[in-house]
Amino acid sequence: MKCRVCRGPAVIDIRRHNANFCGEHFVRYCRQQVERAISDHKMLAEGDSVLVAVSGGKDSLAVWEILVDLGYEADGLYVGLGIGEYSDVSLDHVRRFATERSLTLTEIDLVERYGYDIPTAAAKTRRVPCSTCGISKRHVFDQATVEGGYDCLVTGHNLDDEVAVLYGNVMRWQVEYLGRQRPVLPAGRGFPRKVKPLVKLSERETAAYCVLQGIDYMVEECPMAAGNKHLGYKDALNELERQSPGTKANFYAGFLKQVVHLFEHDDESIDSALGHCSRCGAPAGGEICAFCHLVERAGSARSESEGGEQPVSVAAGPVPVTFSGTQAQR
Amino acid sequence: MKVLLRNPRREVELRGPISVTKLLSRLDLNRESVLVIRDATLVPGDAMLADTDAVEIRPVISGGAQ
Repeated sequence: MKCRVCRGPAVIDIRRHNANFCGEHFVRYCRQQVERAISDHKMLAEGDSVLVAVSGGKDSLAVWEILVDLGYEADGLYVGLGIGEYSDVSLDHVRRFATERSLTLTEIDLVERYGYDIPTAAAKTRRVPCSTCGISKRHVFDQATVEGGYDCLVTGHNLDDEVAVLYGNVMRWQVEYLGRQRPVLPAGRGFPRKVKPLVKLSERETAAYCVLQGIDYMVEECPMAAGNKHLGYKDALNELERQSPGTKANFYAGFLKQVVHLFEHDDESIDSALGHCSRCGAPAGGEICAFCHLVERAGSARSESEGGEQPVSVAAGPVPVTFSGTQAQR
Repeated sequence: MKVLLRNPRREVELRGPISVTKLLSRLDLNRESVLVIRDATLVPGDAMLADTDAVEIRPVISGGAQ
């Protein structure tokens, strides 16, 4: 195989583009895809300061590096989930990445800040771990973005992530979620602006970018994600992609171009029905938001077992805490 | 040839020479879901792997709920 650009030896083939690349030109291709996503969807403006949600995995570290390389002022935020050795090793990867590049990293540990970890909270609330994790991370990332005065929150969601979510929402006809599945979510109602610059890159491509750039990311999968339905969707979609390259990208691009606007009213009706959490001020479908429910239940359960420690309040802080939970997810 | 697999981490021995594409097929792995790495760099599908090579087959699928 030869590189489409320089005709030198290729190291990777991108079948949906019918293209092969050497290492240098593949890295350039990845940066161009991110630039194109930012431009096409008007994600960022020159000089924006952004907060990158980092996990230690390939996507978040890749997007952080690319944004810095493109000249954006990008800080990182890591949320400690308390998932044993997995969390410890993930944090090591993030710290090493930030230190080697002299980047600013903020760490927020769920146990220290809110008094619970994901395995405990999932068990106490009888939620699936990924749901508990999602509620927690969205709340903490949103809050930190607003309080930190950043222009927006950047997440490492890639093409496969978006396609898997879209596939799941279509399969279950969750129309209320289809209207908000965009690469950019504007700020409003207490939410910060959120952008996904990796939507034009598959996760095979972000992983390859990390290998070629020498980014030492967390390869092992989260032990709590085993059996997660999105992983099953990705397997199914990759089998379709193997048989017909370009299927995933066409599915997602067609949705954004031809379909998403049809569901905007469903999205707006959800937003208009949102109130504010009586405890933390975040957008909520009921009296208190799902995050405060989580803290209350996981924290109180923990305090019972540990001798009466009081649940941690999430109401403190000068800026209304943002939230996305079951009803207010985005 | 030594082949390192992940999730769970394990190592298998296979006979070379063999192309990357055939190796993945033999292991019943989807090429869209993995990268093949030798000497810290990527190996394309048409490359031949020698009997003495040590390669890693790295899964790229990750993630829980959004």
